[in-house]
Amino acid sequence: MLTVRDVTRAFDGKPVLRGIDLEVERGEIICLLGPSGCGKTTLLRIIAGLEQTDSGDVLVEGRSILNTPVHQRDFGFMFQDFALFPHIDVEKNVAFGLKMRGESGVQERVRDVLELVGLSGFERRDVTRLSGGERQRVALARSLAPNPRLLMLDEPLGSLDASLRERLALDLRAIIKQVALTAIYVTHDQQEAFAIADRIAVMNAGLIEQIGVPEAIYNQPRSIFVARFFGLNNIVPVVQRYAGQVETVLGPFEVTGAADTILLHPLGIQLADPELPDAIRGEIIERTFLGDAYRLEMRHHTGITLAFRVSARESRIPKVGESAGVMVSPDMVIPLVDGEN
Amino acid sequence: MLPRDRKGGSQARPYRFLLLIPLVFLALFFFYPLLTIFSISLAPEGQLDLSAFATVITSYYYRDTLGFTIVQAVLSTVLTLGLALPGAYIFARYDFPGKVLLSSLSTLAFVLPTVVVAAAFSALIGPRGVINDALTAVFDLQSPPIQLERTLAIILIVHVFYNYAVALRIIGGFWATQSPRMEEAARVLGAHGWRLWWHIRLPILRPAILAAAVLVFIFTFTSFGVILILGGPRFATLEVEIFRQATSLFNLPVAAALSLVQIILMFALMLVYTRLQRQPATELQGRVARRPRNMREWMMVIANVILMVILLFAPLLALVLRSFMSEDGLTTQFYRLLSTNPRGSVLFVPPIQAITNSFLFALVTTLIAVLLGSMAAYLLARRESRFARWLDPVFMLPLATSAVTLGFGYIITLDEPPLNLRASPLLIPIAHTLVAMPFVVRSVLPALRAIAPGIQESASVLGASSWQVWRLIDLPLISRGLIVGATFAFTVSMGEFGASSFIARPDTPTMPLVIYRLLGQPGATNYGQAMAMSVLLMAVCAVSFILIERLRSAGIGEF
Repeated sequence: MLTVRDVTRAFDGKPVLRGIDLEVERGEIICLLGPSGCGKTTLLRIIAGLEQTDSGDVLVEGRSILNTPVHQRDFGFMFQDFALFPHIDVEKNVAFGLKMRGESGVQERVRDVLELVGLSGFERRDVTRLSGGERQRVALARSLAPNPRLLMLDEPLGSLDASLRERLALDLRAIIKQVALTAIYVTHDQQEAFAIADRIAVMNAGLIEQIGVPEAIYNQPRSIFVARFFGLNNIVPVVQRYAGQVETVLGPFEVTGAADTILLHPLGIQLADPELPDAIRGEIIERTFLGDAYRLEMRHHTGITLAFRVSARESRIPKVGESAGVMVSPDMVIPLVDGEN
Repeated sequence: MLPRDRKGGSQARPYRFLLLIPLVFLALFFFYPLLTIFSISLAPEGQLDLSAFATVITSYYYRDTLGFTIVQAVLSTVLTLGLALPGAYIFARYDFPGKVLLSSLSTLAFVLPTVVVAAAFSALIGPRGVINDALTAVFDLQSPPIQLERTLAIILIVHVFYNYAVALRIIGGFWATQSPRMEEAARVLGAHGWRLWWHIRLPILRPAILAAAVLVFIFTFTSFGVILILGGPRFATLEVEIFRQATSLFNLPVAAALSLVQIILMFALMLVYTRLQRQPATELQGRVARRPRNMREWMMVIANVILMVILLFAPLLALVLRSFMSEDGLTTQFYRLLSTNPRGSVLFVPPIQAITNSFLFALVTTLIAVLLGSMAAYLLARRESRFARWLDPVFMLPLATSAVTLGFGYIITLDEPPLNLRASPLLIPIAHTLVAMPFVVRSVLPALRAIAPGIQESASVLGASSWQVWRLIDLPLISRGLIVGATFAFTVSMGEFGASSFIARPDTPTMPLVIYRLLGQPGATNYGQAMAMSVLLMAVCAVSFILIERLRSAGIGEF
């Protein structure tokens, strides 16, 4: 439905986007995930028409929209600070887009949309006196009301309490799916991205590092950057490469493809008898109780540390200072490219 | 800001009664003359007699004066806001080279004395101005082609010059705190062009636009020097009419009645203004100004910068040029002539004498205003909230009162017992102090309020006497505010024209008065001297202004 083709953008000579390609399918929620300054908001604003490109193209249904001004693009946009109009009430805020398009049946539509977001009866309320969650829903209703072709959300939960966020992300997803919208969602929070996205595009320094369904990205990060971004830090440099196998200071591992670095995914690490020949041995340097599990960190004598989780129901969990051994499932040894810019 | 109703420092302090001195001063030199005006207009012979008042209300002549006063103020306000709004937009949204300089310099216009500004516009587009001189020379004309002197047009242009910075600061400052996301949200939702202005920008800016409009209206409604010097006898605002009735026609009851009408109108507007100022401030976003990013944005910025340069700097440049230009080319003779007394009249001292007078008056004014103003600030900062809240606007009242009314009040009250000050050299500094004191209060008060409640107590506990607390704690913390206030007081006094025109004695004229007199005389030499004197006065104001700006950038003062 939406195609972004080799888009670049620089501000004051500093490149912000360095060649973005992106394809968004109809009815899909795609999430642009990355640290601040990676260019995700700029990309979103370029798609909305609020920012210009230096080169590249943005197409909807195969037709370029770069020369279509913002107000004719027929998109919805939800801002991080919600940008509600403080001088008009909830109903007039939600009706704004419909009025600008000169549509009829405004009142009914506003009522329907407010019901959809769970704000029936809020029509006459002053937007400056709503709670954060209520404002977020008014902003959603306002962007949904004109029935946009594409909904864009720029960190829409960023200004809310962490405790509210995950719940609201699920609500957001449910509402967007209910009206079968295509949506692009920008966030720096991986939990939020997992909760809302059909597919995630991880961005770094003006490029998309990896794109895929949440599970694939988390389980098989492509680069050191993506692995680190998801908190997967069991990264081990390769000493020697063979066909289908690499040699590291922790021993040999089987991998497909050529890699300079491998990730020992925490999901594939289990406690094992240190005496076993394949076991990696080390000293436990940290033990954190998480409720349903423990997070353990083990230091190998070469200084490399491995973090992993152990179910809290495990019978014997080593304490800090004890030595321990772990085994790594071969399918959880992930080759990484040096994608860190 | 700290809550107002804290009782920080309300521990017993010696000499607290000293804080009442500013109130006594206000009662004697502000309320007493004003009340006398009231009584003269309503009861000229000691009995209630509304005939002067009735004359003013019913006469077509005075109704026309009031009508003209309102019409020119409305036109000036609309023009100023219309021009300043795009300027405020680019100042709020874009960063561009020279922005800070331009913003400071635009405010300079506001502190320049009216006579200097009138002289500057005369130097630019007056019949003897540089543009007319150039056009006459180039096209070999018999008479100056631009004939703006004594038209409504030049009055409006000068009013825009004066108030552009006021509107720019109020609206631009407010705009910069508004998230640009609201506009973007409206654009995504389909708003564009005039609908964006009508539905989003203007409503969001409404409080700031209204505040700026009321303030510009107040300033132009009471316009005096500009109308008197550039408008000629054809035009009269209420302010000018009061002056004429009192000084030329000696019709005191009518002058008093006109003053009363004006006072009532001004107080009503001031009330509106303070109410608008109390509008809840919206949350402050981070800085949103950025570099223009495309042709259109650059064009918009450049167009506004050009407008500002032409409007604000061309006249000042022309003034400087004209002060060095005679028919025979460049010269410094006008500056040298300032020390002579060509007419030899007993009433007319050498112009240079006026510079000494102005400096002396300004120094005394600064001294009194800083003393009384900081006492007033202490009074406002220390007392319980309700008292302070009631007192605060009272100290601001002199700002809302026209200087001419004040001067008029002085000549009818202070020339007889119990207060016979007519011959006293202190009369002018006292009048100037009333106008200057509000600036001192507004500069010192925020610094005082910002002193954390505990630190004076801490110093006392550590063994400091109350004098030591003041000298070692208070004074260093409010010193910048004091300097800003003092500089304001000095500048206000140097440029004051309205009140001085009533009360200055013929043998002790101030610089603005001499400029006014010289401008009214025929002859190239008088004109050149007026230009030279204006340049000197402008230089003094510019230096003060730079000082204020430097100190204010450190966050001193609330205006």
